[in-house]
Amino acid sequence: MLSYATLFASGLICIALALNAWRLIVGPTTPDRIIAVDTMYINSIALIILLGLYQGTTSYYESALLIALLGFVSTAAFCKYLLRGDIIE
Amino acid sequence: MTNILEIVVSFLLVLGAIIMLIGSIGLAKLPDYFTRLHAPTKASTLGVGCILIASMVYFSFDLGRLNLKEFLITMFLFITAPIAAHMLAKAGLQYKVKLKEDTYNKDLSAKAYLHKAPDED
Repeated sequence: MLSYATLFASGLICIALALNAWRLIVGPTTPDRIIAVDTMYINSIALIILLGLYQGTTSYYESALLIALLGFVSTAAFCKYLLRGDIIE
Repeated sequence: MTNILEIVVSFLLVLGAIIMLIGSIGLAKLPDYFTRLHAPTKASTLGVGCILIASMVYFSFDLGRLNLKEFLITMFLFITAPIAAHMLAKAGLQYKVKLKEDTYNKDLSAKAYLHKAPDED
């Protein structure tokens, strides 16, 4: 049952990723695209955790943590760039 | 015992995935920038929290010892998601995104939009 639940959850998250990608392509302004990227990295963390559950290993945990760290830093950098026109002043 | 564990983990997984899907539908469907900011920043954080708790519970029973590593990601996301949302809202104000036509108290936005947007000349 757990493998079916994992597959079902992965399917739902893939649909969510497709919707985010649609917003990333269509999004009328640049801040919209930043929100789409921000949501995509959170969804990809969930996808990696689901892959670890499906294969029964804990070795994917570090990659999820790395994506969380770098995703936040990249969102902050994008916002800084829009706010000030520069990332590190 | 294993049966109950599987039911709990599966329920948390499906619940988290559905919440994340709701957040993404909101991101795709809502009408203007500040309403679109609402959906993913809250729903996606809650959904990924559910999935990480499911993983934590499963591996705690699978490995036979307490496994709290996923809690680190959960705490990190719960701390950084509001900061990212705040910075995104400020970026939207700076960018002078268009508001929906029938926004309440729209005249108040004139004061917030006095500056010059980065892309207008």
